[in-house]
Amino acid sequence: MTKRIILGAVAILLVIVAAYASFFIAPQERTMGLIQRIFYFHAATAWAGEMTFFVCFLANLLYVWKRQPKYDWLGVSSAEVGLACITVVLITGPIWAHPVWGIWWTWDARLTSTFVLWLLYVSYLLLRTLIEEPERRALLSALFGIFAFLDVPLVFFSIRWWRTQHPQPVIMGGSGSGLDPTMSKVFFFSVLAMHVLAAFLIVERYVLEKMKSEFDFLAREVEAQ
Amino acid sequence: MSLFSNAAVLLGKELRTEFRSRELLTTTVVFILVVLILFSFAISPTTEESREFGPGLLWLAILFAASLMLQPCFLREQTNDTLSSLRLAVSDPFSIFLAKLIANTLFLLLTELIMLPFFAIFYNVPVLPEFHWLLLVLFLGSLGISIAGTALSAISAQARMRELLLPLLLLPLLTPVLVVSATVTVGLFEREPIVKGKGIAFLAVFDVVFLTALWLFGEYLLEE
Repeated sequence: MTKRIILGAVAILLVIVAAYASFFIAPQERTMGLIQRIFYFHAATAWAGEMTFFVCFLANLLYVWKRQPKYDWLGVSSAEVGLACITVVLITGPIWAHPVWGIWWTWDARLTSTFVLWLLYVSYLLLRTLIEEPERRALLSALFGIFAFLDVPLVFFSIRWWRTQHPQPVIMGGSGSGLDPTMSKVFFFSVLAMHVLAAFLIVERYVLEKMKSEFDFLAREVEAQ
Repeated sequence: MSLFSNAAVLLGKELRTEFRSRELLTTTVVFILVVLILFSFAISPTTEESREFGPGLLWLAILFAASLMLQPCFLREQTNDTLSSLRLAVSDPFSIFLAKLIANTLFLLLTELIMLPFFAIFYNVPVLPEFHWLLLVLFLGSLGISIAGTALSAISAQARMRELLLPLLLLPLLTPVLVVSATVTVGLFEREPIVKGKGIAFLAVFDVVFLTALWLFGEYLLEE
């Protein structure tokens, strides 16, 4: 319990510091100006969301292999937190795009694949609500999660055939890319903050799912008697 | 070897069941026809627009039809209570999937071939010049739809609201197939047909990835 409180406090503190840094420490971007500061939130949340879905994929694989309920709890927790992150990305993206590109949305590779990723995990959570029996629900949703995760790179590469409007990778991209050193420090700090926040949310959701599953078990026991 | 001989017997069973009534084939053909005609009413395209948008509409119609057609694939086994005996009969559960996905691919290809003349007439597009390439794209696309669709219909058959659930699970998953098949088909219908080899290779990669996933995880989909 104390560990969870400490993790929560650290997460909130990191997010506050990251917010301060992105507004007051990071230098103003030359062409985009103030609106570019949404980048520290938008891209950091995207990274955290993708990491969270990767955790979900690992949990799904582990469930199919080991059949322990804890992996199912981890799977659903990380899927929900990842979905929340990607929702934030899909909201902050258009807010940034409208003043910079002049449009809210474009069907380019990264936007489209993020949107399909979002849809796939909505389907994953929807599937879970439609199967009653806990073990069957855990197994089938884990298998769908595996198929969905495999699909994401395929979606991305299939849409790269279309013209891409989203900026080419700035971080760890090819030559000619790169960030101002201060910007880079602020960005990686934001990434850290968002990862810790996501970890905190997953832990909380996991504990809730565990309690829910124990409650369901007890309720069935009572009903059986 | 027993994998393939089991699959061949099961494929025979799937084909016999279907060709006894031809229910799936007739309804799917009519469904695609209705969708294509309604699309044409909705946008009333010119010849140029037909060449550009026709393939996308065709693939969308195929995708919608497939998501309905794949529905009874495992549901039929479930309602007749034949799934457990099927599982007992074969040594490797993958042969059940293999038989069903080959049958589904064949059904889809057959409906597409029946639909193609109507599509060519209504949308005024030249399907004949690069017909062998078109056939290859139709085959690879239908195979991809059938592989993913057979796996997911095993999942949705075990859930509530299964009729609605299958399209919801399947359609986002098939985004890459739709995007690439439509793009390649547009290239084939141009005045100077272009064969987009990279797209055809991509469809093959999609099929291999999902076939491998089904081979690895298929047996868990059928657990009692």
